[in-house]
Amino acid sequence: MTDLMWRIAGGSGDGIDSTSQNFAKALMRAGLDVFTHRHYPSRIRGGHTYVEVRADSEPVRSRGDGFNFLLALGDSFARNPQADANTVYGNEEIKPLSENLDDLNEGGIIVYDEGLLDEETLERADIDLEARAEENDWHVFPLDLRGLAREHGREVMRNTAGVGATAALLDMDLEHIEALMEDAMTGDVLEANLEILERAYDTVREDYEFDHDLRVPTGDHDEQQVLMSGSNAVAYAAIDEGCRFIAGYPMTPWTDVFTILSQHLPKFGGIAEQVEDEIAAAALAVGASHAGVKSMSGSSGGGFALMSEPLGLAEMTETPIVLLEAMRAGPSTGMPTKPEQGDLEHVLYTSQGDSCRVVFAPANVTECYEQTRAAFRLAYDYQLPAVVVIDQKLSGEMRNADESFFDREPNTDPGSVLTEAEISEAAHHESGKFKRYQHGAENGVSPRSIPGQKDGRFLASGNEHTPEGHISESPTNRVAQMDRRMRKLDAIRGELDDAESSHQTQYGPEDAEYGLLVWGSQQDTVFEAVDQLNDAGESVKALGVSDLMPFPESEVAAFLESVESCMVVEMNASAQFRGLVQRELGRFGPKLNSLLKYNGESFEPHEVVDGFERIVSQEASVPEGTKFVPAAGD
Amino acid sequence: MSVFSAIGEDREIDRDEFTPGIEPQATWCPGCGDFGVLKALKQAMPEIGRTPDETLLVTGIGCSGKLSSYFESYGFHSIHGRSLPVARAAKLANPGLEVIAAGGDGDGYGIGGNHFMHTARENHDMTYIVFNNEIFGLTKGQTSPTSPKGHKSKTQPHGSAKDPVRPMSLSLASGSSYIARTAAVNPNQAKEILVEAMEHDGFAHVDFLTQCPTWNKDAKQYVPYTDVQDDDEFDFDVTDRREAADAMYEAESRLHEGEVLTGRFYVDSERPSYGEEKRATEEMPEEPLAERYLDEDAEWERSADLLHHHR
Repeated sequence: MTDLMWRIAGGSGDGIDSTSQNFAKALMRAGLDVFTHRHYPSRIRGGHTYVEVRADSEPVRSRGDGFNFLLALGDSFARNPQADANTVYGNEEIKPLSENLDDLNEGGIIVYDEGLLDEETLERADIDLEARAEENDWHVFPLDLRGLAREHGREVMRNTAGVGATAALLDMDLEHIEALMEDAMTGDVLEANLEILERAYDTVREDYEFDHDLRVPTGDHDEQQVLMSGSNAVAYAAIDEGCRFIAGYPMTPWTDVFTILSQHLPKFGGIAEQVEDEIAAAALAVGASHAGVKSMSGSSGGGFALMSEPLGLAEMTETPIVLLEAMRAGPSTGMPTKPEQGDLEHVLYTSQGDSCRVVFAPANVTECYEQTRAAFRLAYDYQLPAVVVIDQKLSGEMRNADESFFDREPNTDPGSVLTEAEISEAAHHESGKFKRYQHGAENGVSPRSIPGQKDGRFLASGNEHTPEGHISESPTNRVAQMDRRMRKLDAIRGELDDAESSHQTQYGPEDAEYGLLVWGSQQDTVFEAVDQLNDAGESVKALGVSDLMPFPESEVAAFLESVESCMVVEMNASAQFRGLVQRELGRFGPKLNSLLKYNGESFEPHEVVDGFERIVSQEASVPEGTKFVPAAGD
Repeated sequence: MSVFSAIGEDREIDRDEFTPGIEPQATWCPGCGDFGVLKALKQAMPEIGRTPDETLLVTGIGCSGKLSSYFESYGFHSIHGRSLPVARAAKLANPGLEVIAAGGDGDGYGIGGNHFMHTARENHDMTYIVFNNEIFGLTKGQTSPTSPKGHKSKTQPHGSAKDPVRPMSLSLASGSSYIARTAAVNPNQAKEILVEAMEHDGFAHVDFLTQCPTWNKDAKQYVPYTDVQDDDEFDFDVTDRREAADAMYEAESRLHEGEVLTGRFYVDSERPSYGEEKRATEEMPEEPLAERYLDEDAEWERSADLLHHHR
């Protein structure tokens, strides 16, 4: 049985998000694995927005190739619907239908809200739906969802009518949907929604005959499941690592994590601060951490640029902090609601001097949790900033996971902090000043004291400094301090290499001939492509790299050694990750090709499959919207 | 042994405790007003009864930023303009600390102007000392935000066309609950004002006139001075915003004309500090957050408690 790829489309503010989340949850409760993908414009109400929910009895890794069920609700906030379709904003009223047809798979289903998208609108937008439906074997169901909602409740409840129609067409039980509604609403609102749901369901069952094959798949989980976004996972990891201070300034898509932690930290005994700008936000994280609280800040590209000063300050003063960089398309403000992996170099090298930081790029929801926890642990054990890099795709996409995965003990150890008893035993200068920054410290880590502790006084300075923290331009002191700070990265690399579960994920047959190298949110899409390629007779494996600094040289080298040729898949225009690999492992340069995409959309598996053909057969072309860049020296 | 036993330590405190035992000679120029700030601060500390171990001094960079090198306490020598966000977070993390931030006029009224406005608005319980010498010193004499209109420097060779910042008026409008101006040439008043500022429960801003003998050639630029509290001409109520605003405006205007007016300009003892406000809305714990990490008996909740929303 084929998996369900359901897309609900409408205008921003029409409740597309909440409806799709509930629908995804209902499918999860029915025993399926689910994955959601969000697409939205940078505006508050109206425009064209959609969410895809993919569900299967097998694990689902990505948004998949195209989709097979469109619920087009129309844009109830559409402006100037009479305007010419070619003007800047276009005919928004029709977009939820017209903008989605190109990706709808053959044999797919369309339910559209006749109440908003009537024949006249279709004509005005020059859409011959009938002809296209015939050509693609689409099954089209025009339903007056708005009218139905109005009749039994309020017009805004047309989403519920759409879900009822969906359930009827997919032969899906209403039980889980109803239970979710009962969790979320009460009284008249609940009554009206239940009524609308059932009426839509019955109307479709009674009034229509359907000859499509798509049915909701059946699945069965052994364990209790939870549906979570990358942002949820990052925030929960922070809570479990004892983070109790967050400072930030809103910016899409970082705002998701900022909002979640702002809501929860005070309930967990912590402090959340929305401040004047991102320089302040990161500086507050530094101040709170200096005073002994595990702290976090973060932003998206433009805001992270402002954090470059306090990031460097944290490196020099060896103040642990964790920053989240939720990337969106750049340069500058770029495309605020579209994903890109264009800030890699920014995250690795921003700020003055030599970078001394940990940078992790988790690939999916569970890795977001795992690696955010690791980032906190390393930041506090080694007294340096750790940056977690995600992107707009990963921050908003939701997946199900075993609830037990997140059921872990907290780690509240502030790492390499001395107690007063230990301070009294520790090295002090004859003046009484605590030696906070000792030259010879093992692993580069010299334990710290916290203001307010007796006899722990030192000066934390953004200037180069002596063991007591005093400003110094002495060449020998400089070299000793610099070497010590850089030693931390070697120690961290050693620790990560020894760890039982590597952050890097290899996928596909061990002895495959070709390799795909990928980082961050595109990993699982590439893994799906690996399956498709091997099913089609190719010999391919992939390595998803999550540790960006310190770089996992040995793991990546072993992978590149083992393949004849390798394609690096990433969402930016200048092949930044390939650049990093070449910087760290230059000898493999001639083996590395790039498949790039930077149009604001994430990869679909088939694009990786098509792109791969290019390295096997030099003649093949890559899909529209992607770009192939051959190996260095070609 | 308690977690932060230095906090609240009850004993006789000597001003010499605030002199570092090992530090290099101060790199300030002979006759620099910064020495006056350092001295006044050291004199004020015993009076408020705080020890070096329970004091956190956060500075910016430049000549004023070096204060944390020459003053014995926990110190944080941060970056240009950013002392306030570092300091206020430290205060939130551990309200038991005596938190002082210090920086210059470029640092505080220029590059850090945004932080100044917002820290004042939030009324954090801390003291902010701005070394105001109307010049950029360590970068060798450029025009600063408080330099008078017409000031000539290498970066403004034709004379600055800008009106200077009015620090106290800006501070009042932003929400500071204690505002004073003093001068390094007036050591007794400087000490008294710093004591008041540190004892004040809220954001206390001290505009500290510090003569620059190198770049503002006249090292006596703030002499003679008048204490507005001692002069019948300035009979105003420091708790009244309007009267305070008028007095500040007068003092700032006359400084441009070469007349130095110092003293307390505004005191609001009623307004709760930011920490109190946050505790009242339960957005901040009653006990210092920083203590929990070193307290083995502290109880920590887990994110698993939130997972039912996701089922």
